Amino acid sequence: MSAAPTPLLTTRYGIAESWKLVNAERAGAYKVAKRALTSIEPAKLKEEVKKANIRGRGGAGFPAGVKWGFLNPGPGEQVYLVINADESEPGTFKDRSIMDLDPHRLVEGAIISCYAIGSHVAYIYVRGELVFSVERLEEAIAEARQAGYLGDRPFGIDHKIEIYVHSGAGAYICGEETALLNSLEGRRGEPRLKPPFPAVKGAFGMPTIVNNVETIAAVPDIIEMGGDAWSSLGRLPGDGGVRLYGVSGHVKNPGLFEAPVGITMRELIYDYAGGILGDRPLKAVIPGGSSTPVLDPRRLVNAPKEDQPLHAWHGQSEIDVPMGVDTYRALGTMLGTCCAIVMDDTVNMVEACRNLMRFYKHESCGQCTPCREGTGWLVDVLDNLCAGRGKPEDVDLLVEISNNMMGNTICAFADGTAMPMLGLVQKFREEFVEAARNGLPADVRHDDSVRSIVERVA
Amino acid sequence: MAFALTSEREQQVDDILTRYPEHRASLLPVLWMCQRQNGWISPEVVDYVSQRLDLSTAIVRGVVTFYTMFFDQPVGENVIWVCRTLSCDLRGGKAIQDHLEGKLGCGAGHTSSDGKFTLLKAECLAACGQAPMVQINDYYYENLDVELLDQIIDAHAIRGAEAAAREFSTHATFGAPSKAPRSAPPPPPSAEAVRVASQPPPAPDSAGDES
Repeated sequence: MSAAPTPLLTTRYGIAESWKLVNAERAGAYKVAKRALTSIEPAKLKEEVKKANIRGRGGAGFPAGVKWGFLNPGPGEQVYLVINADESEPGTFKDRSIMDLDPHRLVEGAIISCYAIGSHVAYIYVRGELVFSVERLEEAIAEARQAGYLGDRPFGIDHKIEIYVHSGAGAYICGEETALLNSLEGRRGEPRLKPPFPAVKGAFGMPTIVNNVETIAAVPDIIEMGGDAWSSLGRLPGDGGVRLYGVSGHVKNPGLFEAPVGITMRELIYDYAGGILGDRPLKAVIPGGSSTPVLDPRRLVNAPKEDQPLHAWHGQSEIDVPMGVDTYRALGTMLGTCCAIVMDDTVNMVEACRNLMRFYKHESCGQCTPCREGTGWLVDVLDNLCAGRGKPEDVDLLVEISNNMMGNTICAFADGTAMPMLGLVQKFREEFVEAARNGLPADVRHDDSVRSIVERVA
Repeated sequence: MAFALTSEREQQVDDILTRYPEHRASLLPVLWMCQRQNGWISPEVVDYVSQRLDLSTAIVRGVVTFYTMFFDQPVGENVIWVCRTLSCDLRGGKAIQDHLEGKLGCGAGHTSSDGKFTLLKAECLAACGQAPMVQINDYYYENLDVELLDQIIDAHAIRGAEAAAREFSTHATFGAPSKAPRSAPPPPPSAEAVRVASQPPPAPDSAGDES
């Protein structure tokens, strides 16, 4: 049982020119990869990742070690590792820091992971906007290859590994793993029907593991410390390690923080991010990217029975429940990417909702009718509410449209739209009803604290 | 007029083709190269790509129109994407867009009359902790206020995109401009902002509220 006395994921962020091999190596990069490839069996590596209880850092929270266990390639089948760097869930901004400030950590993680799962090729799918991150990664890959850590004989062993960076071109849906695979293959980024799951039939019809950047970046630490020790860094059972937390919106010190799994939202907002801008009251927080239903600090956990998973926090505020994949699911939301959007009491939730639903309308791939039409309808209804053209029954219409989207599409995008929509109406219904009656107040969301930041008005 | 990649880029295409087991997978990278050279994906570019990769023009067009970043219309010398999703809007994304519309004299979706800037609204650019922000061409400019934004736009107009990016882009420093052009102290680079909870994990019974 060991604590985390020093940063792990972000330990090299502060080093001068941390992205260069010489500096990263001086700070320990590739030591673990060398040891792993030259002296540890792939099965043992997989075992450690499983023991680490690392829940996928891309938002769904699936245990990465279990996902790796689904691989069962047939004779002649090539296994691919695909690293999802299509970070674009509103509120989420963690993966770019790894690619920009410590690309060698990702490359090292990819080398170890490729070896562990028996893959010879890894593709890093980076969202198209991040031209700079692509350059950083390509430089890091070139340096690692030059040093003999990649290529035909990485660290001298007979297991060819190549890593290629593949740029997207602006589409949120390509973060969905099967849409990403289609995009990688040069197609429109439309999700595929599952099954078959990528571990059976993924990139180019071959068994494929798709993992988030942060998940792969954690692999060197997991192997170095051992899965059990790394897992015990987290504060929750079955949800191990440390992770990157982001905070954006109305806080004094927005940004990224590394902390153990299982800190509370209250700690994240008040201890890490310095509290609410202008010391205003916290109104609502979207915990892990826009698809995760909103938390309302006024709401208390209701789990009176001892067998309920959140019983330990019965009667406490929603924001006092530790942030974990399972605890947040029990709370009726999702941990998602652990990047919170914080809103103070000046925010009108109908306007915030409209902003997010416009995002989903823009980003729906259009393949399934409930999602293509539903996202548009939601925006139309919300536009009417905001413009004072609403009707009292519109609030129920929002709920009905959302319910008709849930579970009726190929991928989880429609659910990711409907869940936050339903959460907002459930928790802030009075504001939607008020907007349906009278439209929005004229001064909505133009509070002084934000104006002073942007327009430099003291 | 027919379009063709430069011979240097042609060699890069040959290299890219080796990265994938199917040649169709090179479509996005090749389109990116064409857009870099041509500024947009013109019908001639579509013809060229479909011949180079042996795909129908319908397939190429289908891909071009799916992705936001491929332009099927000509754009200005510089393309500004203003992030207008929630985190940026909470910190003044709309004020940033309004300011740009006034400064450039054109609405979002249009190009300034001198052809120097195309202004576009963007959905989340994943820089939420450094909001508000814009992307100009290949680079991010974050933690904006209108004064800094004016300097950045003027630098693009007068000194060109590369010089502006060197001075003001916030990729390398992740949030803070590489220089400190403002009178106010710039926000700390995230390397310092990244803080780690160093305390040991608490016992399960005290894992609740600690603040």
